[in-house]
Amino acid sequence: MSALEKGGSRVIITVLGKDKVGIIAWISTLLARYNANILDISQTILQEFFTMIMVVDLAGANIEFKDLREELAGQGKMQEMKVTMQHEDVFHYMHRIEGGR
Amino acid sequence: MRISFSPNEILETVRMVEDQNLDIRTITMGISLRDCAHSDAKTVQAKIYDKITRLAQDLVKAGEEIEAAYGIPVINKRISVTPISLVGESCDVYDYVGIAEALDRAAEEVGVNFIGGFSALVQKGFTRGDAALVEAIPEALSRTKLVCSSVNVASTKAGINMDAVLKMGEVVVETARLTAEQDGIGAAKLVVFCNVPEDNPFMAGAFHGVGEPECVLNVGVSGPGVVNRVVRANPNQDLGELANLIKQTAFKITRMGELVGRAASKRLGVPFGIVDLSLAPTPAVGDSVADILEGMGLAKCGTHGTTAALALLNDAVKKGGSMASSQVGGLSGAFIPVSEDAGMVSAVEAGALSLDKLEAMTCVCSVGLDMIALPGDTPTETVAGIIADEMAIGMINKKTTAVRVIPAPGKQAGDRVEFGGLLGGAPVIKVHPFSSAAFVRRGGRIPSPLQALTN
Repeated sequence: MSALEKGGSRVIITVLGKDKVGIIAWISTLLARYNANILDISQTILQEFFTMIMVVDLAGANIEFKDLREELAGQGKMQEMKVTMQHEDVFHYMHRIEGGR
Repeated sequence: MRISFSPNEILETVRMVEDQNLDIRTITMGISLRDCAHSDAKTVQAKIYDKITRLAQDLVKAGEEIEAAYGIPVINKRISVTPISLVGESCDVYDYVGIAEALDRAAEEVGVNFIGGFSALVQKGFTRGDAALVEAIPEALSRTKLVCSSVNVASTKAGINMDAVLKMGEVVVETARLTAEQDGIGAAKLVVFCNVPEDNPFMAGAFHGVGEPECVLNVGVSGPGVVNRVVRANPNQDLGELANLIKQTAFKITRMGELVGRAASKRLGVPFGIVDLSLAPTPAVGDSVADILEGMGLAKCGTHGTTAALALLNDAVKKGGSMASSQVGGLSGAFIPVSEDAGMVSAVEAGALSLDKLEAMTCVCSVGLDMIALPGDTPTETVAGIIADEMAIGMINKKTTAVRVIPAPGKQAGDRVEFGGLLGGAPVIKVHPFSSAAFVRRGGRIPSPLQALTN
């Protein structure tokens, strides 16, 4: 993952949509296919939407960052879910004063 | 590794990008061309082309990689260069249009969408090269696509060069005339400045100042949509509380500029210069500075109270942004272009926003009279008068001001012009019918102001 800075290979993936059976199974299977390692999952209902947030390590992933992002968004659409993926640093910078680390 | 952010924090960031048009407006690479001077004009052009295409060859790719890696759109990749009047001045026979064409070719080759620096600084007077460059601006801008030009005609320390102001009135009109088939778009790539910053990443006024290093990366952030959402989500907050919320939002927006600037700097092996804290609108719905002012409680941008609302906004953006970045520079403030801001366009169409009110607003925010279409028959002296007023505001208030107006050939007040893309489109605004000619034709220099007795 040459595209990532500071050796950090962790990304945050969000899945938003209507709650239904099998969402976690679906995205876990998808990520496993690319050897992306899920480190933590939290899910909640926020503003009437099912919201799942995952920390995923792409250190051993066999897909480029950009391609995975597109794959998640595209596959998500078919499931009627909105899936986004951003580097963890984005959230550190935006929400922590010491974001530069 | 536990998730160390709350769901609200994560969703806030995701929504900023997905729904509220948060983006990095530009990564601008500043390149010194001082070592491209030569007595032969063709050699200068070749050296310029070679240096730009060498240093900036990976700029666009780096921008795209960063966009992919962080999930933050990087809209524009641009280049700014040493004021070309300095670079071309050493030639035995001047060919500034030829240099503009070399810049255009280099920009096209590396894939950037604008290159700025066809510029001169003449606040105290013209050198021979300055005069030749200014003379060449209309032809240069009509024969190139990507070249942007700027001329600094005033400063707080030097006063206002009124000969240059009159000359630029003529140059603006002539540039519009030579690009008449596109509503005078050439003038949209030409800015007249007071107190021009030397590290501004935004077009059309970007150039690479003489105090800058060999090569540097400057970043311009955006995010009127994000600020707008915060303002509208808090209709009952008093203005002090609102300013605080805007500060916090500006911090978050600017942080993205800092992140992207550092990443680009590392990737390209070029030092990171500054983050420009500006709120830069686009014609996209919801990405408007006028919408923010209306969200604060004004029925239409331009009505009484607009200047006060803008002053609050501008200051809060600077306070939040300066905390978020290690180095701040450029223009840093809210931009109020007309054609590039759907809310401003709507305010002009509704008769709420006039040229005079826009001028007043420039006293309290970044930049100046920006992207305003004037009637095609506006006399050059009237354009010069508009420039002189704006220069005076900058000079007295020790701030950058600028004029980028487009006298649209064949159009009258109320007609519409279309420039397309980020430049947008706008109704032609009314100018005063009374002549400024005898005043601006006096020429000479308006002396620099006292720095004491500040009432």
